[in-house]
Amino acid sequence: MWFFTSPRTIVFGEGALEHLKELEGKRVFIVTDKVLRELGIVEKVVEQLKETGMEIRIFDEVEPEPSKQTVEKGAKVLSEFEPDWIIGLGGGSCMDAAKAMWVLYERPDLTIDDINPFEKLNLRKKARLINIPTTSGTGADVTWAVVITDTERKVKLELASREVVADISILDPALVIDLPPKLTADTGMDALVHAIEAYTVQWKNDFSDALALRAIQLIFKYLPRAFKNGKNDLEAREKMHNAATMSGLAFGNSQIGIVHAMGHSFGAVFKIPHGRSVAVFLPYVIEYNLSEVANLYAEIAEAIGITDGTNEEKAKKLVEAVRNLMKEIEEPLSIKDMGISREEFEAKLDELVEKANESTGTIVNPRVPSEEDYRKLFLYTYEGKSIDF
Amino acid sequence: MGVNWLVKFPSEEWIKEFCKRLNENKEYEEAAKNWEGDFLFIVTPDEGLDKEYVFYVDLWHGKCREARLLKSRDEKKTEFIYEGPYSNWKKLIKGEIDPIKGLLTRKFKLKGSMMKVMRATKAAKELVATASKVPTEFI
Repeated sequence: MWFFTSPRTIVFGEGALEHLKELEGKRVFIVTDKVLRELGIVEKVVEQLKETGMEIRIFDEVEPEPSKQTVEKGAKVLSEFEPDWIIGLGGGSCMDAAKAMWVLYERPDLTIDDINPFEKLNLRKKARLINIPTTSGTGADVTWAVVITDTERKVKLELASREVVADISILDPALVIDLPPKLTADTGMDALVHAIEAYTVQWKNDFSDALALRAIQLIFKYLPRAFKNGKNDLEAREKMHNAATMSGLAFGNSQIGIVHAMGHSFGAVFKIPHGRSVAVFLPYVIEYNLSEVANLYAEIAEAIGITDGTNEEKAKKLVEAVRNLMKEIEEPLSIKDMGISREEFEAKLDELVEKANESTGTIVNPRVPSEEDYRKLFLYTYEGKSIDF
Repeated sequence: MGVNWLVKFPSEEWIKEFCKRLNENKEYEEAAKNWEGDFLFIVTPDEGLDKEYVFYVDLWHGKCREARLLKSRDEKKTEFIYEGPYSNWKKLIKGEIDPIKGLLTRKFKLKGSMMKVMRATKAAKELVATASKVPTEFI
């Protein structure tokens, strides 16, 4: 027995933002960040909401990798404003912060640590949630994961509850048309990692497989276009935006693996943005997992047109295809390429391994790494050395 | 002529054998080296089991310090309680249920800090792997 959980409605394509005009209620609360406000994206959302007659309040203090403190502050403002609708507008940080704030607003008796799959949160008595992603993307618009940083322990809290899956997700490509190339690359790779991990971890299922595979096809085809000429390529933007949400549905209903276990650890310790911090591990983890699931990587390879050879040969060509894609979109292929010194990296290695070990991604990975394996994986990714163990 | 040595589950003998094997499991020791917390493992009756069985297991920094069968769940207060019906315990021991998925699909219930458990999923996996290695005869 397993589940497939999704928003009730996903509105996608050109003009999707207009769906906001259909909302009914008294007050709507937008959780976002200052950059989006300055870029005029918040105003695009507000313009649509004005037609509803609802009172609008904007909380734009979400930082990249949102902290517990920000969530608690936002929840306090929510409690004073008492909205019927909460909108998470932005990247994963804003949407995850919105999810967490919503829980604390509806359940002031709980703490952030209580956001887990075993606790009945009983939400939707005060408000409902809409997520509007502005990157393509984290998939946070459709997942039940909530990633909040505990800044004291320097660890990312991998919180989760099916109840925090948004009621509505709105995917309007107009919101990502001006996404800068670097951000396009980072978030696009995040979506690819989600899909590949969803397809290969132990909790994979027919529903997540279908979405993952299609998302992988779209990403390989449209990410280079979106990176090189995104401003003028609405089709590439729309396909990437859809693919990111499909990847979110895939991994949200399957699981992440050790790419994310290591990426979360690395990102928290070295303060690297999420997409970039996971992308760098992807080719190395595929190499590491080959001995267990070459057949699954072969299926992915076939889906993107790599059809010659044995399963192992196809899987190795997939690794090559991933590295070529990363080169094409100027993603770093090793940790040392990110400008982190070896000395600094080795000084943090114990901490990196310990944090990675704590992730659920570790035990559902097709090949469960020991601590020693993790150390080697981190070091090989640092050096840019292909996995040989 | 060989000796067919199987340990009945659930029983005092089974939990003692489990504890002994856990202490021989180097992968568990590594995964749980920071763990501090004791458990009640409760097997509720169904499918041929006519009463509740309650095990006490004290896990500390990668070792099992104590394990025994209790008379009732009220006999000892612990940090965690992991509880499920006999039919699901059988599946868990046979490796047919993932321990975390088992919680997510409500085949088992857990009382205690979920956050602490979710940071120790590797140790949980090794606990189950060890249980699967006890040569078991189900009642």
